[in-house]
Amino acid sequence: MTEWLKDVEPLTLKGQIAVPYTWWAGETGSRFLVSIRDKRKILGTKCKECGKVFVPPRKNCGRCFTNMEEWVEIADEGVIKAHTIVHYAHPLQPVGPPFAYALIRLDGADVDFLHLIKKDLDKIRNGLRVKAIFSEQRTGHILDIDSFELI
Amino acid sequence: MARRVAVVGTGQTYHKSHRPDVTSREMIHEAVTAALADAELTIREIDAIVIGNMDHFESINYVDTYSVEGSGGVMKPIMKVSTGGTTGATVAIAAYYHVASGLFDRVLAIGFEKNSESDTTGAIITCSDPVWDRFSYSGAIPSLATEATAYMEKYGATQEDAALIGERDRNHAMNNPYAHLRRPFTVADIMNSPMLAYPIKLGDICPRSDGACACILAADGVAQKIAPKPAWFKAAAVRHTYTWFGDSTDYNKGLVSMQRASKDAYAQAGITSPVDEIDVAELYLPYTWAGLKWIEDLGFCGPGEAPKFVAEKNTHMGGKLPVNPSGGVISTNCIGATALLRVAEAAIQVMGKGGARQVPDVRNALATGFGGCFWTDVVILSSEKP
Repeated sequence: MTEWLKDVEPLTLKGQIAVPYTWWAGETGSRFLVSIRDKRKILGTKCKECGKVFVPPRKNCGRCFTNMEEWVEIADEGVIKAHTIVHYAHPLQPVGPPFAYALIRLDGADVDFLHLIKKDLDKIRNGLRVKAIFSEQRTGHILDIDSFELI
Repeated sequence: MARRVAVVGTGQTYHKSHRPDVTSREMIHEAVTAALADAELTIREIDAIVIGNMDHFESINYVDTYSVEGSGGVMKPIMKVSTGGTTGATVAIAAYYHVASGLFDRVLAIGFEKNSESDTTGAIITCSDPVWDRFSYSGAIPSLATEATAYMEKYGATQEDAALIGERDRNHAMNNPYAHLRRPFTVADIMNSPMLAYPIKLGDICPRSDGACACILAADGVAQKIAPKPAWFKAAAVRHTYTWFGDSTDYNKGLVSMQRASKDAYAQAGITSPVDEIDVAELYLPYTWAGLKWIEDLGFCGPGEAPKFVAEKNTHMGGKLPVNPSGGVISTNCIGATALLRVAEAAIQVMGKGGARQVPDVRNALATGFGGCFWTDVVILSSEKP
């Protein structure tokens, strides 16, 4: 199997592509991000067909396939529906370990909101209530909400 | 035996260099909603979805999953097909196979791209072999310029001959309310534009657009109830040569994949004299020279005859075989949607819904897709059920 390595040096080539992706958040997404940046308020959209409230907001309801034009202010508090505590490091993770990823059902929403919990990791249980902590430096990013904390 | 299939509805977004108002998913929803409205169907009546875009373009590579809210694919059979520049035509052909198989009666085909979110060249060159051919040669312009130079040297075609293709398509775009570039553009404008890679100048090449397109295909027996004039598939052909640039194309011989694909398509459709039997063509011409060389490969005229054939206005609106009434790729290029727009525009011509860009009495319409290492898709749609 590896006999050839005695005769030939195995070479590799390094990729040279680093694509500078930039995504438009769109009118609906931008409205949400501007609101958390400038007003510390979490907004969702409500489907006029099924009545569900989505946060982050969607422009159309995927199930009913209708546009959603009604905006609803969502509480900055909610309930942990599910979570995991992360113990490993990876460059793409927003913070170093340990921290928790949590799916949080904010009061007034019908879907869960994916975010972080950084403190009291030993006390986290599904069903506990949490509150959003906003960053002091806000740039129009989902991490303008720094994390959630147990109430 | 396969079932007969027709396009029964089409939808497209308006096209711009940037669509800051929508995400890809929201843009897809615009096109799908328009196609459903055109066919007077609801999303619940769609049995399956085929979607495609360019790999690496938006760095959203599982678009079948990503798109479901916009595509209407929630809890429906949906799959992604991505074949580079031909993606849109391949999506249409895959949807055609879905319906022809007998497994699905009504299938939605979707193509989209947000070029404004990416680096087109950086993404396109990933079509090439990473060890041997991945220079930016494959980032569209240099490889096409090499083809153009070969054509010039062989037949004595001039840069003005090619520029006339750009002038034609850009003028046609004036009739298309969805086109991206809707300003008159002349041979002189193209000749005065900056040289990029000889003989391709800025005015010779397609723009980068944001946009989406959707088509609804339906089976024989169902199609007639949806559309008063369905656009029936008479032929669909896909041909790839090799990926090696030194091997895939003999620049002096022509675009072999297009010669073979069109030959196959004509045989399927029973067409013996393309120029007499095809009433309109929507061709994926990413640059002006393709409008000369590739119409020879399609058999619209003989080798070396294209400059004369085009100069005599045979391919202009009102000519013997109008090419790109929509304004084509030179006017609008949302890459993953571009080849599906060719199929949609061909269907629009057959269905008689072209408005100011309508060619009168279209029986057979031909659409093509083209991809990076010189591969080809060909579709022929017809008002006659084959």
